[in-house]
Amino acid sequence: MIELSGVRRTYVVGGQPVRALDGVDLEVSSGEYVSVMGPSGSGKSTLLNVIGLLDRPTEGTYRLDGRDVTSLGDEEQARVRREKIGFVFQFFQLVPRLTAEENIELPLVLAGVPRSERRERVKGLLATFGLEDRGAHRPDQLSGGQRQRVAIARATVTRPSVVLADEPTGNLDRASGADVVAVLERLHADGITVVLVTHDPTLGRRARRRIRMEDGRIVSDAPGGLQGIAPTEERRP
Amino acid sequence: MRWADAVRFAGASLARNRVRSSLILAAVAIGVAGVTVLTWLGDAARAYVAGEFVSLGSHLVIVLPGRAETSGGIPPILGETPRDLTLDDARALRRIPGVTSVAPLVIGSAPVAFGSREREATVLGTTPEFFEVRRMALDAGEALPRDERWLAAPVAVLGSKIAAEVLGPAPAVGEWVRIGDRRFRVSGILAPEGRSLGFDMDDVALVPVASAQALFDAPGLFRVLVEARGRADVPRVEEEVKRVVAERHEGEEDVTVITQDSVLATFDRIFRALTLALGGIAGVSLLVAGILVMNVMVVAVSQRREEIGLLKALGATPAAIRSLFLAEARLLAAAGSVVGLLLGEALTVAGSRLYPALVPGVPAWAAIAAVATAVSTGIAFGIGPARRAARLDPVLALSRR
Repeated sequence: MIELSGVRRTYVVGGQPVRALDGVDLEVSSGEYVSVMGPSGSGKSTLLNVIGLLDRPTEGTYRLDGRDVTSLGDEEQARVRREKIGFVFQFFQLVPRLTAEENIELPLVLAGVPRSERRERVKGLLATFGLEDRGAHRPDQLSGGQRQRVAIARATVTRPSVVLADEPTGNLDRASGADVVAVLERLHADGITVVLVTHDPTLGRRARRRIRMEDGRIVSDAPGGLQGIAPTEERRP
Repeated sequence: MRWADAVRFAGASLARNRVRSSLILAAVAIGVAGVTVLTWLGDAARAYVAGEFVSLGSHLVIVLPGRAETSGGIPPILGETPRDLTLDDARALRRIPGVTSVAPLVIGSAPVAFGSREREATVLGTTPEFFEVRRMALDAGEALPRDERWLAAPVAVLGSKIAAEVLGPAPAVGEWVRIGDRRFRVSGILAPEGRSLGFDMDDVALVPVASAQALFDAPGLFRVLVEARGRADVPRVEEEVKRVVAERHEGEEDVTVITQDSVLATFDRIFRALTLALGGIAGVSLLVAGILVMNVMVVAVSQRREEIGLLKALGATPAAIRSLFLAEARLLAAAGSVVGLLLGEALTVAGSRLYPALVPGVPAWAAIAAVATAVSTGIAFGIGPARRAARLDPVLALSRR
């Protein structure tokens, strides 16, 4: 359960204050599938970063699962992020020197999970994401779609309640993009809250709830149009 | 984050920047090798000097006329005392139990002449026991006569250099030379020995002690060398010497007694200080290596902003980021230390091959100190960049594309 109330985020760029978020109120219930759309610079990514505890609101409060996380210290925020949030980025952000397995394992390593348990969980995820024979490959030996699937596996390895995806298909061809969307929607089907920032209207429309942002404000918040249709059947060339 | 995982992660990232890592590693290694080799040099030199002292007779108690309040320093050349140290005193010392030899010593300078050739030399008046105390060997002839009645005999043992210069290449033993205004028969020639503790033993003429007293018209002794049987006897002999002299000098202890040990201890202190100074100088190079570690880590942090941002997004706490970067600094310092120790060990072995007088073997304390300094400077200089990495704003770090 994500609750933002009166959230503002102001940056100072060249002496000028820039309002990336200008009074955002938002509630996202557990298990929702939300897309955030809007022009560049409308504050979509900042919203995602605030929800992901990578960025702090200048004003307003943020409650995650009923707990006020706005004023937590860095160490504590990192812990919350590790336990509840998974990130998926446009440029995958895989560590190039690590294999797919090691990349997926990384959040568990940072959390201090013992090696044997890590191996087991990673193995399970590789199977889930159709990467069984890619575990020992490094990112440069994987296709774009495979890389993003590795990144999503990494985002879910800690079993978070929220997955935040920032333009996850923006750097992929259509087929791989559809593939990644299918994976994200499967997470949603498993009960994970998915918040998706995208430029792609067809992708945005797939979400159960669509939020549109402009100039740091939410200008529309409406249910999506593809309810009831299994997402995996929607794959188009 | 687990310690082993941090080390593995750090190791992998070091391995990826092979050139950079190996350069720092080399800097640390050179620093550590420098410290170990220089301290080894100082320490081996100290051991060498200590060995030289032992070869002079390690259980020596030296008695000087006059009383000085100093101890361990350079003894006074001429003691100021109303009472001389006499030959009879020396004879009395000979009766102390635990004493193996007593060599009285009179010293002066006189011209040594043969025919028309004349040369100024140091003349030592002593007894044959002096040869034993100082472990001196003869090239030809024999030492001074043993018989007490010959204490004033006109015989001389010449140093190799003075013999060659005054008498020429002809066999010298049996010739008569003039020392000062007296004539002496050459009874022996010393084996070349070189300088030892200020005396050029190749440039002396040794004559019986009473002859020297007559020659210089001085009834007193310059000093008396007393050799104890073993190292353990030295303190007791020292006390006995003082007691015997006081007894003979109307209850007044008007001599200075120094032991080889106290002289050795002084040299030991000097060389230890020297060793520490050398080690300290080399330690500066370790500091430089530490600064290099910092420099490279600062670069690493700014090059890896994206990775740091990612790790934060994946839930790394600032403490975890810090420990990751510190693990890199530690690994570099530790690996550099190991290489440096091996290098240092190899250099000392090579050095002792070149100069066999120096015994190989880096002192353990120096090795430990070098490694401790390397690792602690690595960490100390790594903390700054590591903290910078931990403070990095993940949003900015990730948005750089």
